Amino acid sequence: MSDTLDRPRAMITAGAIDTDVHPPLPRQADLLPYLDPYWAETFQSRDVDVLELMSFPERTKPYRRADWQGEGDALVAMQKDLLDPLQLGQAILNVVSGAHALFDPYLQLAVCRATNDWLADQWLSRDDRLRASILVPFSNVAGAVQEIERLAGDKRFVQILTLAAGELPLGRQSYWPIFEAAEKHGLPIGIHAGSMLRHAPSHSGYHSFLIEDHIAMTHGFATQIASLIAEGVFAKYPALKVVAIESGVSWVPPLMWRMSKDWRGTRVEVPWVKDSPAALIRKHVRLTSQPFDAPEDPSEVETMLSHLLSDDMLLFSSDYPHCHYEGLDVLPRGVPEAMLQKAMRANALATYPRLGG
Amino acid sequence: MEATELDREKTAPKRLGVVDCDIHPAFENPQELGKYLPQRWRDHIRDYALRTPNPFLGAMTYPRMTPGNGMRRDSWPPSGKPPASDLGFLCEQLLEQCNIEHGILQPLAAGAVTNNQDLGAALCVGINDWQIDKFAGPEPRLRASICVAQEDATEAVAEIDRRAHDRRFVQVSIPPRTIEPIGRRRYWPIFEAAEHYGLPIGLHTGAFGQRPNTPSGWSSFYLEEHYAASNSLQTVIVSMIMEGVFERFPKLKIVVVEGGFSWVPSLAWRMDREWKRMGGEVPQVKRKPSEYLRDHFWFTTQPIEEPEENRHLADLVRWIGADRLMFSTDYPHWDFDDPRFAFRTPLDPDDRAKIFRENAMALFRLDHR
Repeated sequence: MSDTLDRPRAMITAGAIDTDVHPPLPRQADLLPYLDPYWAETFQSRDVDVLELMSFPERTKPYRRADWQGEGDALVAMQKDLLDPLQLGQAILNVVSGAHALFDPYLQLAVCRATNDWLADQWLSRDDRLRASILVPFSNVAGAVQEIERLAGDKRFVQILTLAAGELPLGRQSYWPIFEAAEKHGLPIGIHAGSMLRHAPSHSGYHSFLIEDHIAMTHGFATQIASLIAEGVFAKYPALKVVAIESGVSWVPPLMWRMSKDWRGTRVEVPWVKDSPAALIRKHVRLTSQPFDAPEDPSEVETMLSHLLSDDMLLFSSDYPHCHYEGLDVLPRGVPEAMLQKAMRANALATYPRLGG
Repeated sequence: MEATELDREKTAPKRLGVVDCDIHPAFENPQELGKYLPQRWRDHIRDYALRTPNPFLGAMTYPRMTPGNGMRRDSWPPSGKPPASDLGFLCEQLLEQCNIEHGILQPLAAGAVTNNQDLGAALCVGINDWQIDKFAGPEPRLRASICVAQEDATEAVAEIDRRAHDRRFVQVSIPPRTIEPIGRRRYWPIFEAAEHYGLPIGLHTGAFGQRPNTPSGWSSFYLEEHYAASNSLQTVIVSMIMEGVFERFPKLKIVVVEGGFSWVPSLAWRMDREWKRMGGEVPQVKRKPSEYLRDHFWFTTQPIEEPEENRHLADLVRWIGADRLMFSTDYPHWDFDDPRFAFRTPLDPDDRAKIFRENAMALFRLDHR
């Protein structure tokens, strides 16, 4: 089956929903207007400023495309670089904030709240194509639920964001109130690349190189999803969706196969898991399309994707402004036409009920 | 239609003579290893115990699903000894029934992961003597692994030097969950010795290590733990490539044991993609990461992943290369793969022969004694 490379790009992306776009991290000055006097004083006295994750360092080369380093208003740059030329219908903003990694649960909540308000005010209100993920403090579950409830009325917030590697495996019961609120309000859980580094990123400790951290990020995604399945989150919250954002896509079939096989031998350990992990992953897990770990030969890409046994899972994303492709060559090569068509819009609408209206 | 084709192929391995790259010999009783240790260490274990990063002494953190810490229920010999401790029964149940022409022993005793490094080195010496004494000596179809305690590279190299001349040992064995990423230079003397003697290094998946089994901490269930362990093998591959190990040791050969292999193509694509955009961080990596992977790594097959559609397994074989997969049973563990029934996908007969026999014959030089 031919891919769509020779078709004008704008025809394909026109009206599409981009499920992963990054505004720059807010600085202290950006957040101060959204803090109460106590936290404003704290941020200034204690130098709480940009919280950039060691595992997702936005200042480094892989995260900054030379031709996407415009001075001035970042929203204007995003419109000019991405939203306008691709004629995107909607785009979901994901702030990969170090708020997740703070140890103080109250400070974590304060940074999340202020960041969410800054997003609404400085981004969502200035371009009606934009939507955003809610930051919530996973170390402060009551605070997280409070924050979800506070924002649930604003339909421009469409997802709850967390990281591929956290404090505890994501399926643990202590997090379930967050999932309950998420399901209630039609908010998927977005698992974004990145680690709090509460634990070593590998079984052999800390890597020497950033490239190793990046490659190993699939371990984070896979074990978070394994945890959600094994702990019974999808049995308890059957409408919950999980989006693996910037995960690379092709690691998923191996997880499905191995976990389904193991489950046949171990299901007595987790009797609440009634369906095979592969079926649960197909039902609940969605994948953004950039970056895309695929064979060089585009004719093999269709084979690779066929291993998912689903055309519902792939969601179009640009991962703007990170370095993955030249120009606006944002669509992975070799994705079959029908799958690509669904990925551009329909799959996102099915995943994010709040996008529909 | 696919099923009839599969049924026909079931008989093929019988004629070929299979090489099994992952057999776990066991002690007859907890005291047996002691006979292979100096008195000083026997007393030490009696007085202070054998300390590992496991939170329990003598119990599993994730209890297995079957008796004997995860054994096949039919693997207890009539003698009443533990599974795989009775050579006669092992020969009968595994080598005869499954037509195994050669089997590679992969001892799992706690040598290399012992916290006390001098004790670990002594345990490895004892385990190596025991493999020859009880298994590879009396039974020529079985070959042994030189177990070493990798955290003390000097001692590890000394043990490799002591054993390398004995062709009943066909590989060096170290666990993948090293204290530091395995590509770091502290481990290079081991790679140098292995390359010097032309011995592959086998890295067998391990249940225990000093770091949590997921980057979000410890998982709750064995179901998760069993999956997560396979990620430690990915770490081995990435670390060795990114630290430049194969530029320094171009003839080094690595066997990834009991990690499965379905993740290998995706890992290769991911490494290449990241290297393309940030190879500048790792100038010691001179070629595409997937080329090092292709040249230096072999994979044993058990626990073979089972795609929902069998033909998808054939895609994996094509992407990895039939010359890099080596059949293994993991006898006597519960998730044993039987060569008569495993690998449920239509395979070219030449590829089948490579996977079930020829790759291992060549890599371990099993025609030589």
